[in-house]
Amino acid sequence: MKALYSLFLVFALAAIALVGAGALGMEHVFGLYIPFLAVAVFVVGFCLKVVGWGRSAVPFCIPTTCGQQESLPWIKQNSIDNPSTTGGVVMRMILEVLLFRSLFRNTKVDLHKGTRVTYGSSKWLWLGALAFHYAFLVIVIRHMRFFAEPVPGLISGIETLDSILQIGAPTLYLTDLVFVAAVTYLFLRRVVVPQIRYISQVQDYFPLFLILGIAFTGIFMRYFVKSDIISVKELTMGLVTFSWVIPEGIGVLFYIHLFLVSVLLMYFPLSKLMHMGGVFLSPTRNMNCASRKFRHINPWKFENVQYHTYPEYEDEFREKMVETGLPVDKPLEEGAE
Amino acid sequence: MSDLLRPEALFASIDYNPPKTDWMDVPVEIKPGRYCYAANPDSVNYLGLPHAHKWNPLEDDWGLPENWQEIIFNGIRERLHKYRSFKIFMDICVRCGACADKCHYFIGSGDPKNMPVLRAELLRSVYRGEFTTFGKIFGRFAGGRKLTSEVLKEWWYYFFQCSECRRCSVFCPYGIDTAEITIMGRELLNLLGLNIDWIATPVANCYRTGNHLGIQPHAFFDMLDFFCDDIEDITGIRPEPSFNKKGADILFITPSGDVFADPGTYTCMGYLILFEYLKREYGLDVTWSTYASEGGNFGFFTSHETMKRLNSKMYMEAERLGAKWILGGECGHMWRVIHQYMDTLNGPDFQAAHMETPVNPITGTVFKNAASTKMVHIAEFTADLIKNGKLNLNKKRNANVHLTWHDSCNPARGMGLLDEPRYVIKHVVDKFTEMPQGTIREQTFCCGGGAGLNAGENDELRMMGGLPRANAVKYVHEKYGVNMLGCVCAIDRAVLPNSMEYWVPEVDVCGLHELVGNALVFPGEQERETDLRGEDLPGEDG
Repeated sequence: MKALYSLFLVFALAAIALVGAGALGMEHVFGLYIPFLAVAVFVVGFCLKVVGWGRSAVPFCIPTTCGQQESLPWIKQNSIDNPSTTGGVVMRMILEVLLFRSLFRNTKVDLHKGTRVTYGSSKWLWLGALAFHYAFLVIVIRHMRFFAEPVPGLISGIETLDSILQIGAPTLYLTDLVFVAAVTYLFLRRVVVPQIRYISQVQDYFPLFLILGIAFTGIFMRYFVKSDIISVKELTMGLVTFSWVIPEGIGVLFYIHLFLVSVLLMYFPLSKLMHMGGVFLSPTRNMNCASRKFRHINPWKFENVQYHTYPEYEDEFREKMVETGLPVDKPLEEGAE
Repeated sequence: MSDLLRPEALFASIDYNPPKTDWMDVPVEIKPGRYCYAANPDSVNYLGLPHAHKWNPLEDDWGLPENWQEIIFNGIRERLHKYRSFKIFMDICVRCGACADKCHYFIGSGDPKNMPVLRAELLRSVYRGEFTTFGKIFGRFAGGRKLTSEVLKEWWYYFFQCSECRRCSVFCPYGIDTAEITIMGRELLNLLGLNIDWIATPVANCYRTGNHLGIQPHAFFDMLDFFCDDIEDITGIRPEPSFNKKGADILFITPSGDVFADPGTYTCMGYLILFEYLKREYGLDVTWSTYASEGGNFGFFTSHETMKRLNSKMYMEAERLGAKWILGGECGHMWRVIHQYMDTLNGPDFQAAHMETPVNPITGTVFKNAASTKMVHIAEFTADLIKNGKLNLNKKRNANVHLTWHDSCNPARGMGLLDEPRYVIKHVVDKFTEMPQGTIREQTFCCGGGAGLNAGENDELRMMGGLPRANAVKYVHEKYGVNMLGCVCAIDRAVLPNSMEYWVPEVDVCGLHELVGNALVFPGEQERETDLRGEDLPGEDG
């Protein structure tokens, strides 16, 4: 049901662009104003969110230690999963951000006859997530050719690699295939696995459908409808050089594509997609684990804390302590006044 | 007490298929056997914590203050500002579900709200619905909901079904730590006086008498004296521990559970034997304290501030006695607190200037890893002694034992104490078998009763939560004949014996230093006929 809502919402968004940029002829709105606004919302929203997190304190050193600590010199430390140096922390973060190391540990629990429980390896989520994110990254980089003239060598290089199989004309990008497959997998597991379906919300389906919508409109433009790429580039170059133009002959499909991208950008800072920024700030991953070696300072103070001091304790128990022969700070007579 | 099902029936009742109804529409049902009794208002009052009152979770009216919502909202606002972890973990979860089946309470109960992701969503949904513009406008469509008394009850029920073991955070791609969320959830509930008694009363005891069990100084002395009698009977050697001794080099602090209940008591006897050996052989000067007679810290399960109040005694006592550094006994969350909080919480206020970077006076080893906090784990200490050949150990005294090792949650995931105990084990026990990968080291399971949940009345929850650990023990028991489960945690030693008796009755539980105490040979010592439990030792060739 939540999936259907989300799907419907994405169709509705596409319809808005279809009617707006097509029937109503509002190409300026959908081709220039909304994309520009979307980028602004994205950049400002993203920064505000990250700054907002940054303004919250990190009072304690709470990394999750996932390996042997640094202790005695002859005990081999796991310097990545339980880092005690900045270099180790950086390494841990690199592996986390670039290779999704924690997700790689994933297992799946199964119950068996009798009272047996087993934990099997389960790497599909890791693989799907990695495929999705890297394919997305490559696609974003490829799209940069629309915003640079001449196209930098790096981007052309990636394009060449991506179309290395030389299938069809225009040649098929491998990342397009991987991307659609990965998003489909991420969607299907939400629908098929009962527990995942149970925890999934509209907020989980919506970005998947939105991204899928962007992918399909893009794929259609490239392989089937064949949009006028020269005009598109004229528009996109205009966007980045602030010489806004709406060239003739850009199909409405392009405006739908662009509008969905705009929605994604605007939705981004408001949503869970902010994990992109959050992962860098997560205190359980980005802190040095040697917290007995280096003192972590809490920037705020507890106010008016009450303590139970030794003198108060001795006052209460002095008699019993003396009877048992435990040393006391004040002799009995003095304390019993 | 609830009527606990037999193990097979309990296991058969686990169903991982969630209900058809959306989780927000499933009302909370507080089930006997899965919840702990409400805090005694006297305990809450003794600590001066807010809104002490008598209430019963099974009744409709929880006696909340008039403005309870406002209190919670202010509490959330304050914590979002004070704890970046909380704020980020509220914002970035993508509900990928990697954590879902990592929680021992979910594995053992199948209750979907025990999936870490959903446990966090209980609070996150209110954060969205009440604190974010997007959530306020779109409500449930944006995954938000309003804070009602039903929601509050759900929080209470499920935040006291999380043992803050951090296993889920190992698997989370963003390191979202449900312990952190539970800690915040419990702090908020404490603002309304909604603690459980198994936490509140030990905390009040600890504040007053120095330990959770409320053992007063003379009784603390008597108990250790009693262990010394036993040790004398078994070994012919009588330890003479010192108490509250000014000028001692080292202050020793261990969880009071070790002083109080089997099998922790045998571990405690192990410490006494070790210190006596080191005193006689090398002149080690260690003192126990009756004022700081608790290593554990149930304040940690109440609020950061309460944790600070209880923990302060360690540094205050080290200052009063003039100890150079502190040696800590075997305990789980105690070491999370010491390793990750103590120096930050109380170092600036209470750590005495005369304290030094810990040096083992016998081996000369400098514990650089404890340079700032100035507190060393006894497994680190003993491993160092063994490495330097300072202990005369006879493994045959543990020939009855086929050991497997339970990494306790907090030393594993909040510290990384993994190979020190294993090194000690290698030198005190012959037969040692690890449990399967995925159930040990950083992926270890909770005993089922951590974070203050080892009460009697929630036995069903403890047995459910104990299943994953017990299941791995059962595997090595059946396959390799393991008969002893070792651990470095006093709560483990209280919870696991029950859980073993329930799931794997043939396996006992022990601490590391019980094994050390058994194996340690004093010069000229009489031949021991029994181990520290009074069980016959096998013959020299046995």
